[in-house]
Amino acid sequence: MSTPSDCRFTESHEWVRTDGDIVTLGITRFAADELTDVTYVELRPAGTTVGAGDPIGEVESVKTTSDVYAPVSGTVVEINDAVVRDPSLVNSDPYGAGWLVRLRTGSTAPLEGLMDRSAYDARYGGS
Amino acid sequence: MTTDASATPAAAAAATSAPLLETPLHDLHVDLGAKMVDFTGWHMPLHYGSIVDEHHQIRQRGGFFDVSHMGRFEFSGRDAARFLERVCTRAIHDMQPGQARYSLVCNEQGGCRDDVLVYRIAEAEFLMVCNAANRAKLIEHFAAVREGMVFRFEDITMRTAMVAVQGPQVMDLIRRHSTEIPSLKRYRFCRKNLLGLEMTISRTGYTGEDGVEIIFPTGNAIARTVLRRGMSELAQLGEAMKPAGLGARDSLRLEASMALYGHEITEDIDPLSACLDFAVTLTKGDGDGAPVRFIGQDALERIRRDGLRRRLVGLELDGRRAARQGMAIIRPGGNDHAGIITSGCLSPTLDRSIAMGFIDVALSEPGTPVSIDLGRRQESARVVTMPFYRAGARA
Repeated sequence: MSTPSDCRFTESHEWVRTDGDIVTLGITRFAADELTDVTYVELRPAGTTVGAGDPIGEVESVKTTSDVYAPVSGTVVEINDAVVRDPSLVNSDPYGAGWLVRLRTGSTAPLEGLMDRSAYDARYGGS
Repeated sequence: MTTDASATPAAAAAATSAPLLETPLHDLHVDLGAKMVDFTGWHMPLHYGSIVDEHHQIRQRGGFFDVSHMGRFEFSGRDAARFLERVCTRAIHDMQPGQARYSLVCNEQGGCRDDVLVYRIAEAEFLMVCNAANRAKLIEHFAAVREGMVFRFEDITMRTAMVAVQGPQVMDLIRRHSTEIPSLKRYRFCRKNLLGLEMTISRTGYTGEDGVEIIFPTGNAIARTVLRRGMSELAQLGEAMKPAGLGARDSLRLEASMALYGHEITEDIDPLSACLDFAVTLTKGDGDGAPVRFIGQDALERIRRDGLRRRLVGLELDGRRAARQGMAIIRPGGNDHAGIITSGCLSPTLDRSIAMGFIDVALSEPGTPVSIDLGRRQESARVVTMPFYRAGARA
């Protein structure tokens, strides 16, 4: 599965997709593969306010536990209940059904500085 | 996303620029699409797609691991048995040829230098398998405590390979080719000559399933070709037999409550606290009536006399979050530190969060409620009997 062109990517392997002031966030294929089989996802509940760089959840695999960070400030408006019930969606479809949270942000400007697909793939191999 | 330190088992080794060692099966792993990682200086397969799938494959059918990175030593000659009696915590003199035994190698303080498997090949001929991370350390230790004993020591790691074939269907597969191997009892081995290559096949393993571990010579090109061909054929058996990596090896041994060096046993942890009493013989003789004391015995006798302060227990957590090495175990109804987690994961077989850890002996009874500090919050847990999983008695 190729890296989507409508997303931006963080150094810490989150992807974001912007629609107006709503930012959908997940972890990249590279991150999911590094983690191996994801066994548990915990996300800050809807209504939580986070600052840029704050942890927004944790993802666990058989091997390890990882924090997931919000690259912009905002309020959690929706979490992906399907991925909480079935964490393997992070591995099977990281850019689709494996999304984690939706944030409403005051400004999407900070996202402009994130990597685009070609920059991310150049750094992390792509697929 | 940032991962904790346990994501990279050999982060320290990776920081050095030394080239990674490769096993004779390295190219096969790459061909099979393995995710390769630095494991204590060796370039090893972590998984071939999914740790969880490989775990289930071995619990339900069969799989094979390349464990050639583990250290293999030969000891032969007049004092070989006496030397092993001195460095191993477990009795050696009463082993029969064809028998293998798990033992610890301790330091003077009673801490574990390593855990090893000792094979008695003949009266004065032994093989030892140790952890890859401790191979150089043990060679140095053995040289330092030899004290003029007469035997030949050889590190045969780089001219042999080792493969573990594990799972409930493995013996049925082997039975098609051999009647002798399936008749071996647990912790017994035989030597087989295949095209002039002497293989050592033991009914041992590190998964909690039945199976064998095989040591192959790889000293010449023919041997390496035979080995690679054999392993390629194993990999093509389909559903019955699949390759498995170090990730599944770790989750399988944890379900079976087997200690892992660096987690349940270290230089600072004694085998009695780690519930490895079965591998400690405090009344050793040399078989001729003369008492033999092993290195670390004074300390272990003192620990036994004074009683344990903490001991290893199994834990089951409520919820599905995993406890990780280094997390604190908290006394029930308080915030007091009562122990520390050594290993943990969401058990693929039991579908529950399981862990091992050291806890104050007062809290070590099965059923005792405790909490685990997961970082941002605590999770309730309770002490349970080990092993978590026993073959043929699935929960």
